[in-house]
Amino acid sequence: MTGRVASLYAVMTALIVGVGLLQGWVVALSILQLCLISAIMALGANMQWGYAGLFNAGIMGFAALGGVAVVLVSMPPVPGALGAGGWNLGLSALAIVLTLAAALFARERVAGYWRAPVMLAVIAIGYFVMRTFLDPASAAIEAIDPAAAGYLGGLGLPVVISWAVGGLFAAGAAYIVGKVSLGLRSDYLAIATLGIAEIILAVLKNENWLTRGVKNVTGLPRPIPDERTLQAAPWVQDLAVRFGSDVQTAAAIVARLAYSALFAIVLVAIFWLAERALRSPWGRMMRAIRDNRDAAEAMGKNVTRRHLQIFVLGSAVVGIAGAMLVTLDGQFTPSSYNPLRYTFLIWVMVIVGGSGNNWGSVLGGFLIWYVWVMAEPFGSWAMATATTGMTPGSFWQQKLLAAAPHIRLLLMGLILLTVLRFAPQGLIPERTARR
Amino acid sequence: MDVLNALVLFLNFVMIPATAYGAQLALGALGVTLIYAVLRFSNFAHGDMMAFGTMLVVLVTWGLQSLGVSLGPLPTALLALPIGILGTIVLALVTDASVYRFYRSKRSEPVIFVIASVGVMFVYNALTRFVIGTDDQRFEDGARFVVKVGDFRKWSGLDEGLAIRTSQLITVVVMILTVAFVFWFLQKTRTGKAMRAYSDNEDLALLSGISPERVVRITWILAAALAVIAGTLYGLDKSFRPFTYFQLLLPIFAAAIVGGIGHPLGAVAGGFVVAYSEVMVTYAYKGVLTYLLPEAWRPEGLVQMLGTDYKFAVSFIILVVVLLIRPTGIFRGRTI
Repeated sequence: MTGRVASLYAVMTALIVGVGLLQGWVVALSILQLCLISAIMALGANMQWGYAGLFNAGIMGFAALGGVAVVLVSMPPVPGALGAGGWNLGLSALAIVLTLAAALFARERVAGYWRAPVMLAVIAIGYFVMRTFLDPASAAIEAIDPAAAGYLGGLGLPVVISWAVGGLFAAGAAYIVGKVSLGLRSDYLAIATLGIAEIILAVLKNENWLTRGVKNVTGLPRPIPDERTLQAAPWVQDLAVRFGSDVQTAAAIVARLAYSALFAIVLVAIFWLAERALRSPWGRMMRAIRDNRDAAEAMGKNVTRRHLQIFVLGSAVVGIAGAMLVTLDGQFTPSSYNPLRYTFLIWVMVIVGGSGNNWGSVLGGFLIWYVWVMAEPFGSWAMATATTGMTPGSFWQQKLLAAAPHIRLLLMGLILLTVLRFAPQGLIPERTARR
Repeated sequence: MDVLNALVLFLNFVMIPATAYGAQLALGALGVTLIYAVLRFSNFAHGDMMAFGTMLVVLVTWGLQSLGVSLGPLPTALLALPIGILGTIVLALVTDASVYRFYRSKRSEPVIFVIASVGVMFVYNALTRFVIGTDDQRFEDGARFVVKVGDFRKWSGLDEGLAIRTSQLITVVVMILTVAFVFWFLQKTRTGKAMRAYSDNEDLALLSGISPERVVRITWILAAALAVIAGTLYGLDKSFRPFTYFQLLLPIFAAAIVGGIGHPLGAVAGGFVVAYSEVMVTYAYKGVLTYLLPEAWRPEGLVQMLGTDYKFAVSFIILVVVLLIRPTGIFRGRTI
């Protein structure tokens, strides 16, 4: 770690501590939790962009897949749901598998001009077969206690397991997208991922039997006791007395610290692995492919395969972070996913932090999340100050006050454009071998 | 009679809306494809450029309405359109000079342009939200229908009615005029030829004395004008909501790629391919089939291939199919 890195991290720490001193530690720790998750997402995006130069415009979709894993793993199963629609669900899953197998078989066996039409026909027929089983299944499942359940529920396993499962879900989706669109021009991957993210979101919003859709799944299990339990715990009450705060605050701080510690463990583990990978021969190969694709190909590297590999790995990391985010919120709300916040903000983090440098990505995750959160109160304050002289309720005063929440978007755009132009390597540039 | 009823039902709910939507997508895709052909990157800010331009049109329309100006049966927005286009052209040129020109002079990779366009997207998005907020805005006025359901029923004696909204007719007419102008411009004028030459081979074009900055400027002017026209038509047809315009990015890209990215005629064809597939796949055919099939075969369900919420999936599936079967698109655009 060089002096530059150390001093930048010191500044970041000071910023968060500053919030703690000025606005209270509960606020500061809330920011820290999301900073940690953002840093993991940025690490995932950095693997794809920084190591391999792949532009993934669908980070939101992979994060949402991680989120749905939390529901499917940790919620208790809804009694009777599997009995109502289980067989049909199984059959429709079988139909999907058989359709894919038949399509691949057709690709092997049918040659020339007819290949594409035959494959399309096979997939279309398979789709209708799948629908004949899925429709009754989803109707039956959604009919079970629609106000409180109306979905399959999960497996009732500990919520931490779902983080790994979230990574697997995202990796699976990334494999399919990557198989189709990697090896083509870079813009193509961007557009394909933009599309897959919208589709994943559409599925999560509409397949009520799986996720309750826009009815949301609330009350997800927590990895640590909830705040009310903590308030009742004697040791928390002792702490409150010792630090002279009320019990609510002490419990809130303890809960946030516990979450932060959990997230920090995941972050450190992923960071360590990512750094190890980057320093290994594999990491050097990835950078060689990124910097000179043709030369790497001439050396016998299978560029498309390596790209697929890193794309899947990076998406898995994003999926893990997405699962952690939903765990922290305690609820899964498909309608809250928005590409500016979940895809392009992560991009700003990676670019500002320093593409290709994991220290940079983590710093970028922290800093940009911090700015994103602080921009809103700052915007309100700035607009309130700017409008003090105006007549209350006048057109311009109303207009300016209403504009305050959008300042953060402008700020993010300007930060991204400025960094990209004047410091394209980011705050912590990639470390390369001696030139 | 039943066949006619089925046909009218199909026309009313599939063909007419899809044609209007296809025209809007075609104009959007034409802008994207022009930028791609000349500047060689996929402009992620295009949707928000559409939103910004439409916002200007909405504001001017409101101003004109409050002054009592109107076009009679036509929407006032048509009068406001030129002003919106001018404003957006200024914005696009300022953006180019302050953002993209630098990367052009450095001959950066296309993906750097794409990332820069993400930054531009944030800024445009914020500008639009600053001025008009995030809510739905309606600015359509004038006569709402050219053909009304009731009148059509009376005239034809059929059970099913047919409606053509003014906005749909205007969309198609404006689209034909605009596309005709763009093609005339590209094929017949000196500047248009210079643009095509530059797109085909940059170095050769430079050698023949074509000014690259001028070509780029004209491209932005065309793309901005197309974006505002497409956005305004879409807003007249449905309603204006900034986030919807961001979401239009996907079908627009799909249209440009299906047609062969960088190929103007392809973009127009692609727009219609995407729009027709989207509407046809998400339409529930129960009514049509009830007319056509004998009593015993009538469907119980909606006979809908995909829920309307999955319309973005259609663009994506088309995109994937094109990628797998013919990566260069229908009209053999640039190999991607």
